[in-house]
Amino acid sequence: MIEVRNLSKSFRTTDGPVDALKNVNLTINNGDIYGIIGMSGAGKSTLVRCINMLERPTEGAVLMDGVDLGAMNGNDLRQMRRRVTMIFQGFNLLMQRTCVRNVMLPLKLAGMPTQQAYQRAMEMLETVGLPDKANAYPAQLSGGQQQRVAIARALATNPEVLLCDEATSALDPKTTHSILELIRDINAKMGITVIVITHQMSVVQEICNRVAILENGAVVEEGKVADVFANPKAEATRNLVYPEMADANVALGNEHGQRVRLIFNGAIAANEPLIAKMALETGVAASILGASTRAVGDRAYGYILLEIPGGPDELAKAVKFLRQTPDVTVSVEVNYPENKEVEA
Amino acid sequence: MNPVNTKLMDALDVIKNDLAFALWETLYATILATLFAIVIGLPLGVLLVVGDEKGICPLPPLLMKIINVCINLLRSVPFVILMVTVIPLTRMIVGTSVGTVASIVPLVIAAFPFIARLVEGSLREVNPNIIETAQSMGATPMQIILHVMLPESVPSLISNFTLAITTIMGYTAMSGVVGGGGLGKIADMYGRQRYNSYVLYAAVIVLVLITQVMQSIGTALAVKSDKRLKK
Repeated sequence: MIEVRNLSKSFRTTDGPVDALKNVNLTINNGDIYGIIGMSGAGKSTLVRCINMLERPTEGAVLMDGVDLGAMNGNDLRQMRRRVTMIFQGFNLLMQRTCVRNVMLPLKLAGMPTQQAYQRAMEMLETVGLPDKANAYPAQLSGGQQQRVAIARALATNPEVLLCDEATSALDPKTTHSILELIRDINAKMGITVIVITHQMSVVQEICNRVAILENGAVVEEGKVADVFANPKAEATRNLVYPEMADANVALGNEHGQRVRLIFNGAIAANEPLIAKMALETGVAASILGASTRAVGDRAYGYILLEIPGGPDELAKAVKFLRQTPDVTVSVEVNYPENKEVEA
Repeated sequence: MNPVNTKLMDALDVIKNDLAFALWETLYATILATLFAIVIGLPLGVLLVVGDEKGICPLPPLLMKIINVCINLLRSVPFVILMVTVIPLTRMIVGTSVGTVASIVPLVIAAFPFIARLVEGSLREVNPNIIETAQSMGATPMQIILHVMLPESVPSLISNFTLAITTIMGYTAMSGVVGGGGLGKIADMYGRQRYNSYVLYAAVIVLVLITQVMQSIGTALAVKSDKRLKK
């Protein structure tokens, strides 16, 4: 278990001190795939570097199974780093070494004899599906393959925790998916705790079970991924979960119009043809102005913005129909040029 | 006989009898001086990078300042002056201040600060993210130097050592004027003092040729050793 306690980190810059992290508290349980998400500059990378003490926290502590990592001396710290390994956005392989020698590096650093290290490295390359690339140089591999080699290297010392610092941000969606699948596999088979730093909600959605949202160096929301998706409380979370929501928030202006915003908070009904059903049952044929929904498990989250044709009668029928659906919030925005802004 | 022909005959005589030995002396002084300079300059260059304020093993800033100033001082003394200045030291080490072996001492003193700066440049080119990665694996500063920084900068080091060896060869020619042996000596002795420009040209042509050969070999090795280039 990793506990981050009241962690703060400030950097001295020429413009004065900058608080990269402010009083961060997190608990990461063994076997978790824990997402830490935030926009660029939110402090994600600093946080993950504080977890393995590549950055020394200014205040607070990181406890691993109750042991304060900040109090460790150089040697203990180096031992700890074999148990908490890391992969990076830029893969960071040695470019002048073959893949197998890259994977051997942490083992050699730990003092393992060459023969044994070679065998272990080959096993690891097997695990990530690249045994045939053992003698290739990183420059001869694709980005996804390089990240696989980096994962093999990170797993070589049999770690308990794997830190992923934007590990898929340089990869295309398909490769991202296959790398995430590999990470999930490793988590399941080897029981390694994974901490995933990312700015992509899709990454969290795909593999994480818990998530913390970081904004300006502070954790603004934390919890199970499903809960955070269902009911994003903080502004920053809403922007990350539904980036399209802000775009669709176009005000009605002075034109005549009546709009209905449906917000799905984990409705199972999303699989039903809700809008078509409404048209059949009430005769109101709404047009969709904007929508952003995503499935988490078998539940739907997101919103649909509908334009309702006709007058207040049609609107009332539509709202009445839509409110029958469980786990859906209906809000209405209308503008009639003669009597402005009516809220229903 | 025509005086031009006499001069040419003299020159051919010198080229036949002395040129091969002069070439050997030049190569001998160049290669030994470069090796000694690397032995001193390589660790010093590593120290300049790792001992830096932001390096992997920061040393006291005052110490680093002193080392930097000393290197700059040695680098700024013109080689001709340095050769003369270190004569007492040369006598102490070699026993004499004349000859090819004696010329190696000022050559090394002139070259090692130069090589230290070249090594510094090569090592600073190593991707800092890779160094951070090694730290995240629990590598000691020494392990980072030996397993990451030096191996990763091999192509760049080869390029820079090639630059160093050609520069040092230029210096050996200079040392020929003040008692050192080699191509510089015969160029000076026959070419300048005895006005035989043929010998001078011959020496220059040979120097140009070896420089070309060394540079070509160095560049080829640097390119061949660089695994960042896809094949």
